[in-house]
Amino acid sequence: MLSPIDISALALRLAKLDEVKGRSLWADARLRFMRNKAAVAGVILLLLCAGFAAFGQLISPYSYDYIDFNIMGHAAEMGAPSWAKGYYFGIDDQGRDLFARVAMGTRISLWVGVIGTAISVLAGTLYGAVSGYVGGRTDSLMMRLVDVLLSIPFMFVLILLLVMFGKSLTVLFMGIGFLSWPAMARIVRGQTLTLKSREFIEAAQATGVPALRIILRHIVPNLLGIVVVYATLLVPDIILTESFISFLGLGVQEPQTSLGELISEGAKTMRYGTLWQLAFPMGFFMATMFGFYFVGDGLRDALDPKDR
Amino acid sequence: MTLIEAQDLSVTFTLRREGDMPWTPPRRLQAVKEVSFSLQPGETLGIVGESGSGKSTLARALIRMLPATGRVLWQGVDLLTLNPHQMLKHRAAIQMVFQDPLASLNPRMTVGQIIAEPLRTHFPHLPAAEVKARVQLSMDRVGLLPNQINRYPHEFSGGQCQRIGIARALIVEPKLLICDEPVSALDVSIQAQVINLLADLRRDLGLAMIFIAHDLSVVRHISDRVMVMYLGRVMEDAPKRILFKSPRHPYTEALLSAVPIPNPAAERAKKMIPLDGDLPSPMNPPSGCVFRTRCFRAAPKCAAEVPRLEAYDPKVACHFPNPVS
Repeated sequence: MLSPIDISALALRLAKLDEVKGRSLWADARLRFMRNKAAVAGVILLLLCAGFAAFGQLISPYSYDYIDFNIMGHAAEMGAPSWAKGYYFGIDDQGRDLFARVAMGTRISLWVGVIGTAISVLAGTLYGAVSGYVGGRTDSLMMRLVDVLLSIPFMFVLILLLVMFGKSLTVLFMGIGFLSWPAMARIVRGQTLTLKSREFIEAAQATGVPALRIILRHIVPNLLGIVVVYATLLVPDIILTESFISFLGLGVQEPQTSLGELISEGAKTMRYGTLWQLAFPMGFFMATMFGFYFVGDGLRDALDPKDR
Repeated sequence: MTLIEAQDLSVTFTLRREGDMPWTPPRRLQAVKEVSFSLQPGETLGIVGESGSGKSTLARALIRMLPATGRVLWQGVDLLTLNPHQMLKHRAAIQMVFQDPLASLNPRMTVGQIIAEPLRTHFPHLPAAEVKARVQLSMDRVGLLPNQINRYPHEFSGGQCQRIGIARALIVEPKLLICDEPVSALDVSIQAQVINLLADLRRDLGLAMIFIAHDLSVVRHISDRVMVMYLGRVMEDAPKRILFKSPRHPYTEALLSAVPIPNPAAERAKKMIPLDGDLPSPMNPPSGCVFRTRCFRAAPKCAAEVPRLEAYDPKVACHFPNPVS
């Protein structure tokens, strides 16, 4: 049995020790995520795709809009992928280097996905958290607005926007982001409602913490788990949407390109025997999709506290 | 001078059922009805009662977490008439400790951030070093190692989490601490530690406390005065010694008889007063005295007339109380 003096001396010694670094729930989640092989493979796949998108153009000897007039029109006979000529992925129908174009397409597709998701997450999280936290009439009103927005056919509006404001990347980015936030707001609001009745929120209210600070410091950090998961699953959705718009010819404008547009061109010329024009963009498209879905799945498992 | 005084404090919830038409009158649930009591500085008031007797609702009404009618005089100022900005000034002086130790701490914040929150709310211009020093002092005071400031709540046990909750409440140097069943979620051995900690802190800091519990032995240990509630009404309000020695209200008598005595011989010899039935629905309380449906001393007068709480100690709301011994 220790005497009281020993205990206080021990306490003093312990107090002089370095501060103990806590392991946050995020650190726990990171450990669990790292143990998930598919998710880690997804991250590596995504990093490779992103690296290719960022630096691919530097490796290629040709620029994405350089037209080789010698090959133009003879893609099927002379444009196959060739290491010697520097056309690693072959050429497209206009005689442009497909490697450089796929790099550019991947870059634009990733940007659309990431920026669209960022807008959607930011708007959706704040809107949903405020609606759920305030509650009552405000909540009903805000959620009815979301219902109205969700009932508008998203693709038509996006196409109308592109026709009205001209086909520009900015409109595409913003349009996709703003049109996909209502679903996010719904999910966040539901989660906020369950958080609101937790005692730590009550404790903050009792001590007089202002509502905005409660939302930003107590509610939003506890929502991040579900938001991160939903966001990683939203990115491929948005890339798909952009691909569809580009497929219709309303998306990215020549000579710029996106994966959707490349796939669309590749599909058109498939019957002339230039299969590489479809295969390479398709491969990168699928790799990105798989990457995001695996990471999303891994995050969902890692952030689920019941899995501990 | 009286620290806090409640006068005819009532809390009514209006309930709307799913599928009710907008014009159907909402049903009313009176969770707390015309409760009056007063508390001196440094005094501890224990509030006991069954689940659903309105103990927690009363505590939340005092700090305006719920809409209430009546008056709550805090050092002479009626808290219920203040606007939110004026109320904020008083919130630092009345702090609360919650029932579920882990649930009352934000899992995404470090212990340091949690404890500092009331300080940051009420003294936003305090320099960071000062905040940290105060947090460590507060942790030390409740028996936590100050070097654990960067840890997260899930790394602590239930008892330690409750200590964190107490440190958070004490950091703004309140005058009144409202403890809403602070130990009912803890193991018995840990309960004793936390209760003794609260008793020490009360003595050292001169705190007044409102201590809500349904465990009579806990209340007996820490309170100066005990208030017994039933269905949102005060049944009896008396100094601890008097209440435990000679309860005047039949409900108090029945409650006390249910407390086990840690001595088999005495336990066997003890006369139990069983109460039949359950707590009546608060939507539709019995007429007259609300306790009459389960009272072993009920008479026709009890159904006809509401007994008033007497104005002098020991206060009791009963038509046929036990005589003062």
